[in-house]
Amino acid sequence: MSRAVPPTARGLTPLDPRRGGVRTDGRVRGWLAGIAVAVAVAACGSAEVEGDGEAAGEVSGELIVFATASLTDAFDGLSEAFVDANPDVEVVFNHAGSQTLASQINEGAPADVFASANLAQMEVVAGAGNLAGEAEVFTANLLEIAVEPGNPLGIGGLEDLADPDLVLVLPAEEVPAGQYAREALEAAGVGVTPASLERDVRAALSKVELGEADASIVYASDIVASDGRADGVAIPAEHNVVASYPIAVLGDAPNPAAGEAFVAFVLSGTGQDILAAHGFATP
Amino acid sequence: MSETTAPTTSGTAAGVAPPRSAVVLGLLGLTVLVLPLLGLTVRTPWGRFGALVTDPVVLQALRLSVVSSLAALAVSVVLGVPLALVFARYDFPGKPFVRALAVLPMVLPPVVGGVGLLAAFGRRGLVGRPLAEATGITLPFTPVAVVIAATFVAMPFLIVTVESGLRMVDRRLEDAAATLGADRWTILRRVVLPALWPSLAAGMALCWARALGEFGATITFAGNMPGRTQTMPLAVYLELERNPEAAYLISFILLAVSVAVLVALRDRFLHTT
Repeated sequence: MSRAVPPTARGLTPLDPRRGGVRTDGRVRGWLAGIAVAVAVAACGSAEVEGDGEAAGEVSGELIVFATASLTDAFDGLSEAFVDANPDVEVVFNHAGSQTLASQINEGAPADVFASANLAQMEVVAGAGNLAGEAEVFTANLLEIAVEPGNPLGIGGLEDLADPDLVLVLPAEEVPAGQYAREALEAAGVGVTPASLERDVRAALSKVELGEADASIVYASDIVASDGRADGVAIPAEHNVVASYPIAVLGDAPNPAAGEAFVAFVLSGTGQDILAAHGFATP
Repeated sequence: MSETTAPTTSGTAAGVAPPRSAVVLGLLGLTVLVLPLLGLTVRTPWGRFGALVTDPVVLQALRLSVVSSLAALAVSVVLGVPLALVFARYDFPGKPFVRALAVLPMVLPPVVGGVGLLAAFGRRGLVGRPLAEATGITLPFTPVAVVIAATFVAMPFLIVTVESGLRMVDRRLEDAAATLGADRWTILRRVVLPALWPSLAAGMALCWARALGEFGATITFAGNMPGRTQTMPLAVYLELERNPEAAYLISFILLAVSVAVLVALRDRFLHTT
């Protein structure tokens, strides 16, 4: 929890994806998140988490959050709860791919907070000297196997994807999710013959939702967002790949106080619970 | 599509010249249209042309694009020319509506077309489901799906060109042939088709160029698999992330083919009948 990421290029190494203990069950994740935050408060007394209570109700004005596209649903929920606690704040989102957001920020777009889907794009912003302080990994996305509702083929794990009669589509390896999916298959020692390499993770998922493909490998949060049109089959921690999401207040933030309060809220127990409800994992 | 009315307008700039401002604005318009092409030409890594053009990804995409676009052209001629004949020579209730439906793919966003193709020929589609249940054949993610997608978006170009060409064919020749005892098939073969040839050629060229450039319906319906369903436009899209030089090169090849087709057509507009 609250793993500090220095804004320098040096410190932005991905978390070890193979480390054990990351559970993929949503309910377990929910209370794990709570415990993790409690432990973080007790153990290291992170300033952001402590600031949560103080900041409540004390900030106002417009808060501009640049958040990666996969956070759209989760951050809608987060901002609702945040505005409940801080009624004088108006949260404005700009959602796009992390790479687009990073270049917009470095081109001078006014923003208070940046939440990226990977460490590399946070590093791009940090490298340009545009962070106010340190970036922190606030959540993570695990991979799941997307199957048709009810899992009619009884797919139990990555090894079942090797079946040549199975119609498997994967995100193309040019996009991060496709890269992660390959790493997971390699870790499990599974060779596959995909029918298609889709241009992004949502296109891959939609092929399963439409019934054209039997399975794909997507983010756990995508399964939650699919709202029953696809089911998720967990990938065990030793084969799974963790996509780490860092967040930071920006150096030129027009409203730094609200930015700090929002980041603290995201890292708080409430914030982590909301993220968990949208399928995200504790970092 | 009025290439057969050409004799009345000589190609020279006859009459009163347009105002100067039209020339200035026209040049500005030309700049907007041509500048991206110029940029592409400048960016294309000519020094590495040989190495890139023999890159397996480029080569596979090139081969698949040529074969699938020619197959789509063949299907379009076999099915589209008869449909154009029906539209040009028969009257039936609701004809304007049916014609509009037939050329709808020309203005439909291709991705929407791809979703429609899935709904029709996909594993759960109107035709696709019975087909899969009866024969075990599924179309999505196969080279056949690439041809279907290309045919869907490109055939209307052939239909409209041929239909308007048919309207220009002198009906009196057909009547004369009929009076002389020729049957319908002979009239079509000996009278209509020879007169139709310029517009058929123009329609085929347009149809083929559109099939070659097809992206949205293909990636939606046929997916993207190098060597199987990854055509040149799909390769451009994905290679741009990984190997921009190859993407620029493939783009330039597509561009060159399109320009060649359009220049050839332009000649027809000016010089035929």
